[in-house]
Amino acid sequence: MSGAAGPGRVTPDAGGPAVAATPEAAARVRRRRHGSAAATLVLVVLAAIWFFPIYYMLIDAFKPGYDLLTYPPQLWPAHWTLSNFQEAFTVNGAGPTVPQPSFLSSLFISVMVSLIVVVFSVGISLFAALATARFNFRGRSVMLVALLVAYMVPFTSLLIPIFIELNKFGMIGTVPALIIAYVAPVLPFTVWTLRGFVASVPVDIEEAALTDGCSRLSAFRKVIFPLIAPGLVATAIFAFILAWNDFAFANIILGNSGSIFGGQAETATVWLVGLINPSRVTPWGELFAASLIFTLPVMLFFLTFQRRIAAGLTAGAVKG
Amino acid sequence: MATVEYRHATCTYPGMGSPAVASLDLAVDDGELMVLVGPSGSGKSTALRMLAGLEMVTSGEILIGGRVVTGAPPKARDIAMVFQSYALYPHLTVRDNLAFPLKQKRVPRQERDQLVEEAARMLEIEEMLDRRPRQLSGGQRQRVAMGRAIVRRPQVFLMDEPLSNLDAKLRVQTRAEIAALQRRLGVTTVYVTHDQVEAMTLGQRVAVLRDGVLQQCDTPRRLYEHPCNVFVAGFVGSPAMNLDRVPFDGTAVRVGDQSVPVPGQAAAAARRAGLTEVVLGLRPDALVVAGDAGADGTPHLSGVVQLVEDTGSDAWVHVEIPSRVPLRVVCRADSRRLPTPGDAVPLAVRAAEAHLFDPAGGERLGG
Repeated sequence: MSGAAGPGRVTPDAGGPAVAATPEAAARVRRRRHGSAAATLVLVVLAAIWFFPIYYMLIDAFKPGYDLLTYPPQLWPAHWTLSNFQEAFTVNGAGPTVPQPSFLSSLFISVMVSLIVVVFSVGISLFAALATARFNFRGRSVMLVALLVAYMVPFTSLLIPIFIELNKFGMIGTVPALIIAYVAPVLPFTVWTLRGFVASVPVDIEEAALTDGCSRLSAFRKVIFPLIAPGLVATAIFAFILAWNDFAFANIILGNSGSIFGGQAETATVWLVGLINPSRVTPWGELFAASLIFTLPVMLFFLTFQRRIAAGLTAGAVKG
Repeated sequence: MATVEYRHATCTYPGMGSPAVASLDLAVDDGELMVLVGPSGSGKSTALRMLAGLEMVTSGEILIGGRVVTGAPPKARDIAMVFQSYALYPHLTVRDNLAFPLKQKRVPRQERDQLVEEAARMLEIEEMLDRRPRQLSGGQRQRVAMGRAIVRRPQVFLMDEPLSNLDAKLRVQTRAEIAALQRRLGVTTVYVTHDQVEAMTLGQRVAVLRDGVLQQCDTPRRLYEHPCNVFVAGFVGSPAMNLDRVPFDGTAVRVGDQSVPVPGQAAAAARRAGLTEVVLGLRPDALVVAGDAGADGTPHLSGVVQLVEDTGSDAWVHVEIPSRVPLRVVCRADSRRLPTPGDAVPLAVRAAEAHLFDPAGGERLGG
């Protein structure tokens, strides 16, 4: 049919808005469709590669112990169980002799550390962002350049210098040391991100609030704060994820020698790795169940708010 | 409603050598619409912001309603300001934007709603009350900004180039509406613009500023007819006044090969100053392509048409008058009989409307 289509004639089988009026146009549409299909295929493969470990963690959390080590691995459990979850909360951690912190207390430490990191990093960076976006002061440019340089330094490369500094103060193995170790590298990012948000709020709006009867503080509270709230959320999430997911800093600075409320303390990531111990059989079922519990809140949060998070991370970057 | 007074008010920005506003003395009457006009960097917006409390007064005083407010924060001045960018609160609806200043004043909810409705009705934005600013056009946003200013019935309105973001047609329409609204409300208003046409059409009085210094404050008519110096003469009026340095022989000036007698008072002042050269100012209206104005008996210059600007209602012709240093002037022509570029045309001069200025300081000569 399409062979009968001459120049200027609409091919009846082309359909849709991309109706090809000429053979060249038809070829262009075909090429575009092929290109689009290839891109989709690549994306599907990439998504599958990324998703597979999550899937594997998910199904192994529900497999009984004897199904976990079968070869070839089962990609769909033959038997389902919830016992791994129950045992995750009762199994002891890494130590071969000394009883280690429980998963629940490690989760508590992770939540507490992450939330405190969020509060400190957002609080400090909010004031720093306001200062650098709204006020001219001596050394402002130097400070901004320093922040940018610090922002470019890989997170992990700061581990040893931070360790040495904290060690001088005898803080290694304490929860406050870990909080400081997280807040320090998070700040450059959060200050830069929030600064973009503050700078994108026109000064006129703040001044309008002042002439409308606000004090500086109430102008900030009633006008500036609601406008930069998406930025605050984005930076808070960034800080939370960084502290929540980290293993290296938590393992070296806190390890499992930390203490809180009189008991031993370690973060959930360190606790999970502690289950893999050469001196005993690794409880894989409990490990996957605990990993799932640890991952689930962040995953659900991201799936729910992914659009807002993406918007928040980019909204302050350019002037609207 | 209240009077506004600047007393030697000066504002110098940190690190800047010269003040942005230098020793400004200006009094605005109760209910008056005063326009501050000047080119970029003239200090007009700074002067307005000093009045709003958004800029620090380095020295001098500012009074609103006879009360010194020099160091008072904006909220203690009972003013309302309309910004060039409108500065609407993007996270609030139009209704909440209008109610915002009333909430700060803790006006009871019922009264607040009533005042918002009233302002919305006055500005014909009732249907937009539940929209957000981003859903409004430029003209609608401008109305909301006006509404936010009028809703709280302040003592003074401050307007910082509120029309400059509107297109030309809407600007003319809104200009008339602002004038009508101000007359109806009778609130003392200080209005800043760089557009001298806007200044002349809106202001009951117009204050012309240059480099932070007040040049002249007068009624639009008087500014046009009696500019106090070369700057005001050149700034006020569109097209601008023709200003050229010409020889002066005691009673007349020489333009090209023609002698043009000048008004007696101006000539006397120039003579008293012992000047042999003056700056001659002629409005384009005072130079007419001869024959069009029927200006018999008036001195005639001759020149060559360079450019013709036909705006429909008016036509302006750029003419070069041969001289030792050729003079280029703009004059009015009858749009029904326009010359074309390259034509040699006679120009009738209304000598009685000539202005003379001192070439050294630029001050006006004579009354």
